[in-house]
Amino acid sequence: MNELSRPEAARAAKSKKRATEQQAPQQPQQTPRRAEMRVRPTAPILPPSNIQGNALMVVIAIMAFLACLTLGAVSMVRATAASWQSQISREITIQIKPEEGLDMDAALKKARDLALTFVGTREGTIMDDGATARLLEPWLGAGLNLDDLPVPRLVIITIDEQNPPDFAAMRDLLKTEIPQAFLDDHRTWVDRLVSMAHTTVLIGTGILVLVFTAMILTVIFATRGALSGNRHIVEVLHFVGAESSFVASEFQKHFLKISIKGSAAGGALAAALFALANIWQANSLATPESDQAMALFGTFTIGITGYAGIFATMIVIALLTTLTARFTVMRTIDEIDLIRSDPARSDGLPAS
Amino acid sequence: MIHFENVGLRYGMGPEILRDMTFDIPKRSFQFLTGPSGAGKTTLLRLLFMSLHPTRGIIRMFGRDLSQIPRSELPMLRRRVGIVFQDFRLLEHLTTYENVALPLRVRGKEESSYRNDVIELLKWVGLGERINVLPPVLSGGEKQRAAIARALMDRPEILLADEPTGNVDPPMARRLLNLFLELNRLGTAVVIATHDLALMDQVDARRMILTEGRLDLYE
Repeated sequence: MNELSRPEAARAAKSKKRATEQQAPQQPQQTPRRAEMRVRPTAPILPPSNIQGNALMVVIAIMAFLACLTLGAVSMVRATAASWQSQISREITIQIKPEEGLDMDAALKKARDLALTFVGTREGTIMDDGATARLLEPWLGAGLNLDDLPVPRLVIITIDEQNPPDFAAMRDLLKTEIPQAFLDDHRTWVDRLVSMAHTTVLIGTGILVLVFTAMILTVIFATRGALSGNRHIVEVLHFVGAESSFVASEFQKHFLKISIKGSAAGGALAAALFALANIWQANSLATPESDQAMALFGTFTIGITGYAGIFATMIVIALLTTLTARFTVMRTIDEIDLIRSDPARSDGLPAS
Repeated sequence: MIHFENVGLRYGMGPEILRDMTFDIPKRSFQFLTGPSGAGKTTLLRLLFMSLHPTRGIIRMFGRDLSQIPRSELPMLRRRVGIVFQDFRLLEHLTTYENVALPLRVRGKEESSYRNDVIELLKWVGLGERINVLPPVLSGGEKQRAAIARALMDRPEILLADEPTGNVDPPMARRLLNLFLELNRLGTAVVIATHDLALMDQVDARRMILTEGRLDLYE
């Protein structure tokens, strides 16, 4: 084992100089004594300016913005669909078609009473002439006399969403007792809404996957670029005995900083956009634009869950970027090591 | 400490750069590696640093057959070898202190645990006043001494120096040679690759002469 130690080495060098009067290296005693030598805070091994950090940060910010926007939009559409679904599935409708000789009022009452005999129903409302006329007003105009037209009439039954009645049994009973009655449990609409919500989530997930994939590929290119631009540093680290994991962790630190800044900027921008849209909607209630937007998208509120989702997306993006950088560096360093050590492949490296 | 047996090396499909190399580098030895430009000195140093695998032959480093050592273990073995280049290879954004401390930093040591050792070593190589200076400001001799200090920082068992006096004036070359001799006296084996005959004439040491890929030893 080597017996070299710094104080011993310094002393040995000093005595050697005295003995031989050779031109030995400068001795500590030849320099003014200082109580304590001050050094600057240790600089990072990879200089931040060497890495194309700003461009990558902007790319990550854009990706984070798109991912958060997608997430927010999906959560908004899902909330709106859930709200519609809830409103629809809270009621069922019994429709009675007019027929020669049918006492409509008696049939309506009977249908309501039959429906209310089922467990899970709450109350029944017969849509009166006025309400039915108002319902048909957009198509048939005002001042409609229902007695002149064979218009179906409706009974609206409110149900317990948690414990809905047996719709099949109710449908059978109504069919038996009142052949003109038709029970609409809105299942078709609910199914369509559920399917629409699922499709929206699926599209959103697809977009998120695409955004994340694009981001990972961008980070891989950026990491390889950074490695290429800092090849001299990688070589020096190799010659001082650094392991791949150490080099990877140095690059990882840089990319973590960049990705945190980028994803925070993108996520904050998306959150701000949702907040602004919400404020705009709140301040322009009952205007045609707001009504249109509300009809299409519901309210622009993503709620605490949405903001938590945006925050989670930012974290996921930062982690993805960091891990991608780490794996890329590890792999590239292994490739460099392999090429460097193999004389048959050394044409890819500068002579050293 | 290091044993080469019938080692040969060729790049790609080209001719053999090094042929039938058989030699030992004993502990605490001092030798010059010399030969004309392009003779393969740097390649041989790369083999000694385990940075390159031979095309044929056996290399034993610190008692272990190099071909049997997994790649993941090589950095640990390389830490027992210090290497100095003619072009210094200092990181220009790091101060002299940070460059010299790099080997300890990559080993995951806390800065507070090695600060005094690094400063002490820098004083020993005559850079006590240049601790916080960036390499572009250093002279050629100062850069070379910083590179030597970096190679010595983790107390290697062998020091490989590739043309260490190539970029310095003769007085500085003499100072650097004294530094290597001092280091050797303290127990480190030293291999200096050089074609500076004047430098070699100053020391009565073993000479390893490379000519057209063959090695001749003069004890």
